Amino acid sequence: MRRAAYVLLVLPFVGTLIPPIYNRAAPALFGLPFFYWYQLAWVLITAALLGLYIALTRERHDV
Amino acid sequence: MSSAAVVLSIALVGVTAMGFGAARWGNANLSQLEEWALGGRSFGTVVSWFLLGGDLYTAYTFIAVPALIYGVGALGFFAVPYATIAYPIALVVLSRFWVVARRRGYLTNADFVRDRYGDRALEIAVALTGVVAAMPYIALQLVGMRAVFAQFSTLGAAGALPALSIAFVLLGAYTYVSGLRAPALIAFVKDTLIYVTVIAAIVVIPASLGGWQHVLTSSEAALAARPHPSSILLAPGQYFTYATMAFGSALSLFIYPHSITSVLAARSREVIRRNAALLPIYSLLLGLLALLGYCAIAAHIAPKDASNVVPLLFARFFPGWFTGVADAAIVIGALVPAAIMCIGAANLFASNVFREFSPERSSVETHVAKLLTLAIAAFALLTVFFVPVPFAIDFQLLGGALMLQIFPTFVLGLWTRWFHPKALLAGWTCGLAASCAMATATGFNANYTIHAFGGSLTGFIALYSLLINLLVSALLTVLLRAARLSEGLDRTSAMDYA
Repeated sequence: MRRAAYVLLVLPFVGTLIPPIYNRAAPALFGLPFFYWYQLAWVLITAALLGLYIALTRERHDV
Repeated sequence: MSSAAVVLSIALVGVTAMGFGAARWGNANLSQLEEWALGGRSFGTVVSWFLLGGDLYTAYTFIAVPALIYGVGALGFFAVPYATIAYPIALVVLSRFWVVARRRGYLTNADFVRDRYGDRALEIAVALTGVVAAMPYIALQLVGMRAVFAQFSTLGAAGALPALSIAFVLLGAYTYVSGLRAPALIAFVKDTLIYVTVIAAIVVIPASLGGWQHVLTSSEAALAARPHPSSILLAPGQYFTYATMAFGSALSLFIYPHSITSVLAARSREVIRRNAALLPIYSLLLGLLALLGYCAIAAHIAPKDASNVVPLLFARFFPGWFTGVADAAIVIGALVPAAIMCIGAANLFASNVFREFSPERSSVETHVAKLLTLAIAAFALLTVFFVPVPFAIDFQLLGGALMLQIFPTFVLGLWTRWFHPKALLAGWTCGLAASCAMATATGFNANYTIHAFGGSLTGFIALYSLLINLLVSALLTVLLRAARLSEGLDRTSAMDYA
């Protein structure tokens, strides 16, 4: 389980470090090109993934 | 006085009072280094969130990132993936470091290096890297403050010096008295002001410019028409640069002395873990703020110095009193990290360079650290008087590359003792030399172009140097082990990391 949870930590790197997958203008959101809102969305996705990781790997003595 | 100057002055008087008052927070004995420098390692999730946010997202960041977008277009947005992937790294690295640091009472990462490798030279190398990298960072906070004060004087930058000196002398004084508790308390004010300012800016400015679509379209046209054309999207040749800058910066963010200081002030490992998931909220803010660089282009703001883009944008679109709030956000946003950086650098110097390790951490050590904090603050102030700004920026860029060279020793060392301490020292030296060589060869560009096999690859200097560093460290480890050279004593045990 702990090992599987590490995948959650790797996903943000895959999502944000390969520019060819997001370097485009369309589809735009609120007038922002895809390039910008996609990367801003990854900030939120990363926070959620880290939250999930923390919940999955919490130890009993952690406060 | 203008209404903006009144609001700014009131805010500064208020935080100065808070800074001195912070000494009473928690009834601590501030003659102990742990209490003075690390707030007694007592900060919970909320205090740590404000402290780390106040520490990592500095006024300089908030000024430099939009200025970079203004200058080079899409490439400047690398700060967003950088501030995203820094957190999975922080979660893994810092929670492990926090555990061993608490078990063995470390105040700095160099304390860990001394214990782990039993090598005094390596300890000093790690400590000095931190001190050297922190200096230009502190100086740039002062540059950010000066940009704000300069608006209120008819003399410009020179007229800002009295206000700047007073603000910084006060900073030195309350940091001396209250230690880390001062910036921790002021961080609440700083972050609140930053959030209010940025949210107001994001709501007001793009709307007055006809919406994001119009802002981006006119920016694209303006960027394409420049002498060095750029775009709101990356050119394929910039993919590698973009990714290496984001990745390399993310690796070095949490090994700076000011990050380490704030991290060690946390009460528990869980506080660190929770903050890794909660701090990205600041990154969202940073991303939105970055886009203000395009607003400045669309609004035809053309400053002589690109770092004035944000203050000018605020002055153009906000009413006078709110400009004062925004100015206060920038100035206090500079004071908080500057104080923590001074404390972090002073800790390193007092604990790892100045003195041999004393397990009982005498009050003399505290006194040395407190005096060093004042010395570092004074040195940074003098730097701003005498060193031109572009030089400070170049040096800060180089500082990031230097900082990353302790990655193998410090971060990999948290998991493995495989590397030989002397090999790590040699790797560090080569990494340093390579960083300096590439930086000078490119005239202090962040990126270096490698020509090989008929092609070229432009990437982040810090990361190239790290590769050289790792290669040298690994090769020499194999050689030194074959030569049976003493590997130094590891005082930590597997239990310390669990």
